[in-house]
Amino acid sequence: MSRIHDDGPEESQESLWWLTAAPLTWGLHFAGSYLSVSIWCGKIVGADGSLGDLGIGLGVYTAIALAVIAFVAEHGLRRSRVGQHEPHDFDTPGSRSRFLGFATVLLAGVSAIATIYGAFALWFVGSCG
Amino acid sequence: MKTTHDDPDPLSEAPPLELQRAQEERLRAAWKMPEGWRYWSAVNNSEVGLWYVTAAFAFFLFAGVLALIMRVQLALPGLSVVSAQTYDELFTMHGSVMMFLFAVPVLEAFSIMVLPEMMGARDLPFPRLSAYGFWCYLIGGVFVCGSLFFGDAPRGGWFMYPPLTTEYVEGHGVDIWLLGLSFIEIASIAAAIELIVGVLKVRPPGMRINLLPLYSWYILVVGAMILFAFPPLIAGDLLLELERAFDWPFFDASRGGDPLLWQHLFWIFGHPEVYIVFLPSIALVAMIVPTFSRTPIVGYGWVVLAAVGTGFLSFGLWVHHMFTTGLPGVSLALFSAASEAIAIPTGIQLFCFIATLLVGRVTLSVPMLYVLGGFSTFVIGGLTGVMVALVPFDLQAHDTYFVVGHLHAVLLGGVIFPIAAGVHYFFPLIRGKKLSPRLGRIAFWLMFVGFNVTFVPMHLTGLLGMPRRVYTYPAELGVGWLNLLSTVGAFVLGLGILVFVIDVLRPKKNQPLSERNPWDAGTLEWTARMPDEAWGIRSIPEIDSRYPLWEQENFQRDVDEGRFYLADAEEGLRETIVSSTVDGKPRQCLRVPGPSWLPLLAAVFTGGVFILGTYHLWWPALASGLAAAAVVIRWLWTGTAQIPEKESKSIGLGVTLPTYRSGAESVGWWAMLILMLGDFTAFLALVFGYLFYWVSSEGFLSPDGLQLSARWPLVALASIGAAWGLTVLARSLNRRDRAVGYYASMGGALAAAVGGASALMIGPWSDGFDPTAHVYPAMVWVLFGWTAIHVGLGVVMHLYCVARRAAARMDAEHDIDIANVTLYWHFVAATALITVAVVVGFPELA
Repeated sequence: MSRIHDDGPEESQESLWWLTAAPLTWGLHFAGSYLSVSIWCGKIVGADGSLGDLGIGLGVYTAIALAVIAFVAEHGLRRSRVGQHEPHDFDTPGSRSRFLGFATVLLAGVSAIATIYGAFALWFVGSCG
Repeated sequence: MKTTHDDPDPLSEAPPLELQRAQEERLRAAWKMPEGWRYWSAVNNSEVGLWYVTAAFAFFLFAGVLALIMRVQLALPGLSVVSAQTYDELFTMHGSVMMFLFAVPVLEAFSIMVLPEMMGARDLPFPRLSAYGFWCYLIGGVFVCGSLFFGDAPRGGWFMYPPLTTEYVEGHGVDIWLLGLSFIEIASIAAAIELIVGVLKVRPPGMRINLLPLYSWYILVVGAMILFAFPPLIAGDLLLELERAFDWPFFDASRGGDPLLWQHLFWIFGHPEVYIVFLPSIALVAMIVPTFSRTPIVGYGWVVLAAVGTGFLSFGLWVHHMFTTGLPGVSLALFSAASEAIAIPTGIQLFCFIATLLVGRVTLSVPMLYVLGGFSTFVIGGLTGVMVALVPFDLQAHDTYFVVGHLHAVLLGGVIFPIAAGVHYFFPLIRGKKLSPRLGRIAFWLMFVGFNVTFVPMHLTGLLGMPRRVYTYPAELGVGWLNLLSTVGAFVLGLGILVFVIDVLRPKKNQPLSERNPWDAGTLEWTARMPDEAWGIRSIPEIDSRYPLWEQENFQRDVDEGRFYLADAEEGLRETIVSSTVDGKPRQCLRVPGPSWLPLLAAVFTGGVFILGTYHLWWPALASGLAAAAVVIRWLWTGTAQIPEKESKSIGLGVTLPTYRSGAESVGWWAMLILMLGDFTAFLALVFGYLFYWVSSEGFLSPDGLQLSARWPLVALASIGAAWGLTVLARSLNRRDRAVGYYASMGGALAAAVGGASALMIGPWSDGFDPTAHVYPAMVWVLFGWTAIHVGLGVVMHLYCVARRAAARMDAEHDIDIANVTLYWHFVAATALITVAVVVGFPELA
């Protein structure tokens, strides 16, 4: 075992919530879209109606969600490059930060894919029926 | 392997042998298991975990026998081995027992049993809570299963859809299911609290978040999933039981109700539940694969992505169980897309395991056989899962044997085989002896062949048109030979399980003890002695690696000789280390409670509420509830937030830790937070119900001109808000040691709370809201009642805190009780605000 000088961020500057930020954004996009189409189809245009103007709103949801996910991914990417460019399986603050950053980026990736999947589904179907 | 310059080293010299012996004696005395009949008062997690696993397997065998009876009935067309009604009871009980009494609990049980060892903890922080959860589970499970022998078993299918279960099924079966399983869900939430706090706060020093065993990552995710998945079902159970017991028409379309709400609430629970059982199983795989590949896991970060990602995405799939219910096509597409997306993280972790096998030198031991068998089976189930996630395909396959084949491939491959692997792998840790490799291989091949012969043909049976849940079928359907094949396969599978059980239960008196770390694993739990001591780990180590036994020099020796932390129990108390969530820095020396009958007693009385309630024996149920409350208060009073005899304690290697911490630093505060997140989720599920009725039916609000005046609800909100503010003030005054101000604030809070709860009840009552007339008044009463009950519980907590300070069990420095009660009141205030906003504000907006 070797001992190194490691200037990774203090524990107080780190938060596990970053891991959950991107999937939570997917969740909000998903729930928001579901709620909107349910109200639109249930209360406004009826079961056979078109998504019409709601489509623009859903597009805005998607753009906002992807922007937030990109922001989270960028934060993760910066964290994943803290200190020496080494693996993240050491008992050092830098290693911990690189790991959390890397996992944040990966989760942002899968969240973006899931968000785009959902948006595609809404876009292609285009109507309530 | 690297660490920082200030990272502590173990003692360079071992303590003298005499001292080591004395330390061991003291540890042994502190962790001594009660003997004779008092054994059942044990609360040690490793012991409770073992009972839990044993009970879960007993339920598994019971449900397996039910499946075999069903297979006999279906072996040939037109048989009448059992009646149609008995068959209904069999498939309902098989599904319910397998899911609620086996799959979820066995994995919680496994975690309770092995997590302390994996985390280098002497015990998890709430051993009595685990014991309470276990006894609730056992009592509830025996009650539900027992119903089958009294001809009163549930027979509405394991998802109990109304209106079948509200209008067409007679007897108490549905109530037994609803109340019995709600009772068991308490055990799941108790386990979730224990496991989440365990993973986040009870880690050995140095175990930073990037060094956490993968098992712990999975368990953390699963704990959180339980917290958000089970409460919607509890809310659904509440609504369904209110309809059955008191005729509140939540699912009765003639009075504005809608049976589809039940399906939503059930599957918001039901689909994440599939992952709640899959992830801990795959967690076992994540521990077994590196051991038998002799190499660290490939793609640790990717596996964490898979665990966390799956946990989130699993909440966006529930409607794929409802594709045929007539929901708008666009909604179906949204859920179909999410159902496809979840295949990504699920696949990633399998690729990581395969990569690890490729990188390492694989030993094809019995646990690995089960793992590989599980992989192949699960992939079949996963791929057919992608098929049924597609709406057009599902419209054809829904409710046919195709789905039965699919779900069993997922559950056997994703749960049963990994559990069998886990039992083989961890058996030496639990009993000090190995299982037989020969019997293991025989059992595996019987199970593997049996599985394929049983369930692969079912896909075809389904595609040929055989529906689920029918007790027989005509010969003309042409599926006779497929069914016969499935029946033969089921018995081969059953035989495999029998061999497995024989291996586990066979006397092993003459078998020598296993060597230590028999699989040459790298993770912390394998420092255990054979047989293991009740103390768990001899000294709590400083961690520098994900695989300390492989990578930290002289690790086993240093642990054994007490060269690390807490090598002694000078005060004769059970102790473990509480650490920080990100870097695992030691924060507190936590005293954990020892054996007690209180958890068992509390579970018996809690069970009384549910069991007596099933038969509408309201007064005895109320008495049982009061007895349960009395026991719980005694448990809290004598066992929690105790002012320690000394404020801090040296734990070795120059580290001194406080023995008491309150607020966000205390494990109790975290437990309260987690409990209330679950509770709040159940509340939000009820709010979802309110919105659901508004969207799905015309005239939900103000049926027949019925309207709620805003006055009383607003009075209630103001009073409850005042109670919350005064509680916050009381905490602050207590911290500043202003006794008079504290008591005055608490008195005011108490009065305001009682006033608020009363105003909530007066509102709908004075406006003539009859909950049996229409779903709207019923929904208002449920939301107001839910809030009022929570305010009532808050009042009991106020009284408790007043008594604690008066009895000098709480003071300015030792304020866990009031800190936790304040946290509870934050949630109550939010509940009241949302309730009033929805019920009073929403009709205005709508």
